[in-house]
Amino acid sequence: MPLDQSAKPNGFSKVGTRPLRPDGIDKVTGRARFGADMNAPGMLIGKVLRSPHAHARIRSIDASAAEALPGVKAVVTAADFADRQDEFRDVLVNIMARDKALYDGHAVAAVAATSTAIARKALALIKVDYEVLPHVIDVEAAMRPDAPILHETLVTKGVEPKPTKPSNIAARLEFGHGDVAAGFAQADVVIERQFRTEATHQGYIEPHACLASVGGDGQGELWVCTQGHFMVRDTCAALLGMDISKLRVTASEIGGGFGGKTTVFIEPVALALSRKAGRPVKLVMSRAEVFRASGPTSSTSIRVKMGIRKDGRITAGEAELKYQGGAFPGSAVEMGAMSAFACYDLENVHVVGYDVVTNRPKQAAYRAPGAPMSAFAVEGVVNELAERIGMDPIELRLKNAAKEGTRSAYGPTFGPIGLIETLKAIKSHPNAKKKLGPNQGRGVACGFWFNFGGQTSVSLNLNIDGTVALAVGTPDIGGSRASMCLMAAEELGIPYDRVRAVVADTSSLGFNDVTDGSRVTFASGLATIKAARDAVRKLCARAAAMWGIPEDAVVWEEGAARPAGPNAGSFPPLTLREIAAMAPKTGGPIAGHCEFNAENAGPSFASHLVDVEVDPETGRSTVLRYLIAQDAGKAVHPAYVEGQFQGGAAQGVGWALNEEYVYGADGRLQNPGFLDYRIPVASDLPMIDTVIVEVPNPGHPYGVRGVGETSIVPPLAAVANAVSHATGIRLTDLPMSPPKVLAAIEAQRMAKAAE
Amino acid sequence: MAARHIKTTINGDAVEFVCEADEALLDVLRDRLALTGAKEGCGTGDCGACSVMLDDRLVCSCLVLGMEAEGRKIETIEGMAQGGDLHPLQRKFLEHAALQCGICTPGFLIAAKALLERNPDPTETEVRFWLAGNLCRCTGYDKIVRAVMDAAAELKEARHAA
Amino acid sequence: MVQVRLGGTLQSYSGGRSSFEVEGATIGQILAGLGEACPRLKPLLEQGVAVAVDGEIYRGSLLHPVSPNAEVFILPKLAGG
Repeated sequence: MPLDQSAKPNGFSKVGTRPLRPDGIDKVTGRARFGADMNAPGMLIGKVLRSPHAHARIRSIDASAAEALPGVKAVVTAADFADRQDEFRDVLVNIMARDKALYDGHAVAAVAATSTAIARKALALIKVDYEVLPHVIDVEAAMRPDAPILHETLVTKGVEPKPTKPSNIAARLEFGHGDVAAGFAQADVVIERQFRTEATHQGYIEPHACLASVGGDGQGELWVCTQGHFMVRDTCAALLGMDISKLRVTASEIGGGFGGKTTVFIEPVALALSRKAGRPVKLVMSRAEVFRASGPTSSTSIRVKMGIRKDGRITAGEAELKYQGGAFPGSAVEMGAMSAFACYDLENVHVVGYDVVTNRPKQAAYRAPGAPMSAFAVEGVVNELAERIGMDPIELRLKNAAKEGTRSAYGPTFGPIGLIETLKAIKSHPNAKKKLGPNQGRGVACGFWFNFGGQTSVSLNLNIDGTVALAVGTPDIGGSRASMCLMAAEELGIPYDRVRAVVADTSSLGFNDVTDGSRVTFASGLATIKAARDAVRKLCARAAAMWGIPEDAVVWEEGAARPAGPNAGSFPPLTLREIAAMAPKTGGPIAGHCEFNAENAGPSFASHLVDVEVDPETGRSTVLRYLIAQDAGKAVHPAYVEGQFQGGAAQGVGWALNEEYVYGADGRLQNPGFLDYRIPVASDLPMIDTVIVEVPNPGHPYGVRGVGETSIVPPLAAVANAVSHATGIRLTDLPMSPPKVLAAIEAQRMAKAAE
Repeated sequence: MAARHIKTTINGDAVEFVCEADEALLDVLRDRLALTGAKEGCGTGDCGACSVMLDDRLVCSCLVLGMEAEGRKIETIEGMAQGGDLHPLQRKFLEHAALQCGICTPGFLIAAKALLERNPDPTETEVRFWLAGNLCRCTGYDKIVRAVMDAAAELKEARHAA
Repeated sequence: MVQVRLGGTLQSYSGGRSSFEVEGATIGQILAGLGEACPRLKPLLEQGVAVAVDGEIYRGSLLHPVSPNAEVFILPKLAGG
């Protein structure tokens, strides 16, 4: 029986409200268990030895002294992981160096010992013979023909004829439509600018942590903080040569991910140590290890050229994006390239991208991977175009905004989207009319993210007392369990607090793709709705059987089965609780299921408006007001939708004003800690104003769109445009930290004095 | 220095443990006493996720040695609720959705409680600067600040009513 | 026959050609047909691509039906964070 996907006819009674989240008490009392909060009898402590060199050949590793140290139960190196040449190869080498250390912090060995102190001593006893090689850190430097080469077998993809010499340029990509040369010829104003952004880190407060336990029979248990425990299971099983069914992974509560926990770093190592030692092994990264050896973003060098007519119509957009993704290919330049001009209706667009490798840790996703940097560049030029033709920056965007039916800059035609609604929302907001004082400036920027669906499995089981056990498979990184319960309660017609949602382990549910792509409320939510509707059909069938009438003569309304009409019979309604109570005697347990590949996630657009004040004596920028308008399709739990908007904006502010990876001449990371990698603190930010726009996504019965990622796309440009407005200087290098802004102010002062 | 037997008070209970000279109080709480509410976010006193009260003073437990607990009074997040009754701050954090992943929440609650015990009527700026030692990466702090100010208002009401 | 356009960045692998006419009634058949028409694309298609049909992005639905006048774009595999 096909499931009915029609939207709710009479409005929602639970979806759209703001109840307390089901994991809330645990999180405010310290009861919630995160990655490092689990212990096991006989547990060993694991520690990783990491390369102090940015680039070095590993001639030999002698771990004999470490193995002989009392208390040490296992030592592993690359030799403990079978080599492979498939899609897992890069991960394999990243988690444990093979013939070369490719970055400062690259894992070269690991130990498991009976205490932290002994594990540390053991690391110091491992003798690694390194042949230090020249290294390269900067993206442009890595592209030069004389740059030190990381991989002798890496040749540039996407170049004809296929090159023979190895390169650090892993791929060259190109796309577009129309004719940009003709477009520029039609323009009255053409602006071309060069931008640079530095690598940043997702900055989750919880370091990577796991507890691995492999028994003598080869069965493994893994407790881990992750955005995707099914991904962890499958990847670790592959790297350890285990059947997938032999490994059960349980997702702990997770203390932040933002994309940085959508891959593995220490998990295969912990499992290998446990297998070798025959005891559970707890492996936790230190904060310094997180910065040096997990997955920061790419640093970039971007050139953007745009042309515009005096009437405000953009005629052409061109961009060249150079992204370095650390020591392995895969820098998110593709998505940066595709999203760069996505907010605009352009006849002529051309983008070229380069995916470059350098001696830095392998990049991982960070909330809309690739997009914040390209938006920073494009939105900066759009603002300059507006200034040049004397048009308001919001008006300019309204005039060129993508809407339903627009051919997107990356190819497909857009369905219903909410960009214009978000622009109108900020235009009419009181913040847009506030007067600016001296040294203050205002910046506007737009952003976009594709949003994804993915493989999703949900199981919804009715308990005999009429309560509901809802098992989802997507770790809850932002409060999604509350939204799942709201949707289940809405469909079943029962109170919200009668539904309990848990994140089930990998042995208890079908496969689930990772929590990423802003997909959980959309995909797990859609699966929850489908599973609930599946349960409702079964409840109706059970009631029909109990009444002795045909199944299609029963409807579900307000939490109860009812005869469809007076002809069906005059039975009093049977509530969910009543049917569930009789279930053991009427056919057995009742459950609803959904296992599917969610598609049709709708993109989410946003507009941000920022006011900053720049202190001309220190170069310090203070954010005075921050306004976000973003399209959520349908906000299931508005407080958590607002939270996503605010959190992404705060990360963007940090990226724009302070955060950066600082490397020394020796290629070593100089600021692997929260003191010198300065993320925004409470005193850096004002209250963050939010407007939830709702242009329903036709691909979801409630209209839900993912919201988690788009929020980080506009802030880099919005803040840069505001700082530029405040200082009268166009800043094109991120972060706009006080020393850089001050230097630019002084340079401007001197240039003016010289006139 | 050899390991020592330490006697202290945690959340009102007499507690004893043995620890090494170089063990931080944070590690003692988490690994020896199974009080995992305090978290290690950085180990260097920069993030505040390990915040506890030591003799009524707000400290980063990663910067305090386990042995320094001898004869002193410690309060952790596990002691904030009175049985089943949440402290107003805990309630307000939930009501205002002032947590997303929740890893920083214990540290913020301990720090906010310390603030309100010293300054029962803080301004928004005072709240922000007091909490500047607690990092949150998820929320942007907006709802956290609202929750603290709302809790302060509720506690003020309760005092006037009493 | 369905007109299939290479969106995103796949044109680099097709020698700049951005449009192909391909036989197929499902996403899977169209990808197979595209691989035949442009062998250099085949390994990439097998690794995994996203397919936009009438503006909706599909990342794994090989059996999804495609009507002859649908707008079809092949895009690189996309992932979030």
